[in-house]
Amino acid sequence: MTSLWGYAFVHQALLAGTITAVVAGVVGPFITTRNMGFAVHGLAEMGFTGAAGAVLFGFAPEVGLVGACFLAALAIGLLGVRLRERDIAIGTVLAFGMGLGVLFLVLYTRYATEAFSILFGAILAVSAEDVVWSAAVGAVVLAAMIAVYRPLRFASVDPDVAEARGVPVRLLSVVFLLIMALAVAEAVQVVGVLLILTLLITPAGTARRLTAHPGRVVAYSILIAVGVTLGGIVGAVYTSWPVSFFVASLSLVAYLLGRTFGARVRA
Amino acid sequence: MTDWVVQLEHASLRLSGRSIWSDLSVAVPRGEFLVIIGPNGTGKTSLLRVLLGLQPPTAGSVLVNGRAPRRGNPVIGYVPQQRAFDPELPLRGRDLVLMGLDGHRWGISLNERANRARVDRIVALVGAQSYADRPIGWLSGGEQQRLRIAQALVGNPSLLLCDEPLLSLDLHSQHVIVQLIARWRRDHDATVIFVTHDVNPVMSVADRILLLAGARWGIGTVDRMMTSETLTRLYGTPVDVVQHAGRIAVLGADLGGHDPVAAHMEDGA
Repeated sequence: MTSLWGYAFVHQALLAGTITAVVAGVVGPFITTRNMGFAVHGLAEMGFTGAAGAVLFGFAPEVGLVGACFLAALAIGLLGVRLRERDIAIGTVLAFGMGLGVLFLVLYTRYATEAFSILFGAILAVSAEDVVWSAAVGAVVLAAMIAVYRPLRFASVDPDVAEARGVPVRLLSVVFLLIMALAVAEAVQVVGVLLILTLLITPAGTARRLTAHPGRVVAYSILIAVGVTLGGIVGAVYTSWPVSFFVASLSLVAYLLGRTFGARVRA
Repeated sequence: MTDWVVQLEHASLRLSGRSIWSDLSVAVPRGEFLVIIGPNGTGKTSLLRVLLGLQPPTAGSVLVNGRAPRRGNPVIGYVPQQRAFDPELPLRGRDLVLMGLDGHRWGISLNERANRARVDRIVALVGAQSYADRPIGWLSGGEQQRLRIAQALVGNPSLLLCDEPLLSLDLHSQHVIVQLIARWRRDHDATVIFVTHDVNPVMSVADRILLLAGARWGIGTVDRMMTSETLTRLYGTPVDVVQHAGRIAVLGADLGGHDPVAAHMEDGA
């Protein structure tokens, strides 16, 4: 069993998993602060439709995945849906997206295996090329997050005063949706569309239980995301059970520990 | 020559086809404490938004320090009404204050130390040292609002725009907040424009009152404005102003003031 550690696919999985987890850990705290968990799920499901459509029309699924996430993010952002209507609008659009996805699946039956990996993740199947792709997307997300960090935080926690101070609140909201789309596309390869929240919400949700220090929330969120991802890959290599099962389970454990003991350390 | 901080000349504002205020001509000299009152929907907040450069006037001219209003004007400090923060929000009191200093700048902070000293000084000025490191959502309304004042003052503003900062605060907290603002104005020769629905907490510090009453408006000292005759004329309906034990009660007219908005993480999306 230990001999598996010599294989390139395991190294690639660990590398791509780490990159993805860092990205998810950085973006996650902003998703939770902005209450955008449902939007993340919606983007991911649109990504599934994009991937299915791409395969049907003869493109690589990754292209369809990123493209659809991006378009969906742009649509949500530019339509400027108000908070009150947001869940309804996203819910309606994502259901339509999944409807299209299942149609594509039926029209192109050979897609079933690929559909399974997009829905549930396939980190152990990433190629060296995928790792480079992950690193590139990850670098873009991190650079964008560093560039907008302060005004995005201001706009997220204190929108009225941020606007009064000249922060372009609406623009940042669109920019963050696009950043989120890239983070979703990245995280899909590890945990898949249906388990996306386990990387993009749970580590950040656990971190905010442990500290109220904004910088430390990001740091803890990264550590937790990397921990559960690497733990998930190790678990899968040893047992041949799915990676996403382990990642989601470890996330749940981390969150429950955070909820149980968080209040003691937070004050 | 008077140093005018805010000048409105025949300024009008229409929002989605409705006239909010029109032909408004008001000049605010440096160091004045101007209180704005008026029923809901008469554009008190919109007036502040015009001064902040977030909303252009429909007609007339508006000047702030002799120039057209512009977004992110660093001489302006803004104090919003108190609103509940999520107890889980990863933000401490001092982080809220720090955002008033550099939250609008792109990128990440590179001079933490200088900023921290500045935040410490202003936190001490408003007397919030003992709870500035606690999560903002765990603080009382009065404590949060002191930090709001610190957030507005940390940028060293010469013009303070306050939008119902006393709403949902107890009387003691109202007094503390008004005194903090009045002290800043005195020590820095700053100008204050203060929207409220209750003139009582600001009566001792207000220079003039601007009443926005829809079709009409009026401006004058507290004594001149808060009379049955003046308010009846401006509202166009009978209004009684009753003085009792140093407090003013206005009967028969709505002076604005609505329930505090629920906590929400608006992102425009």
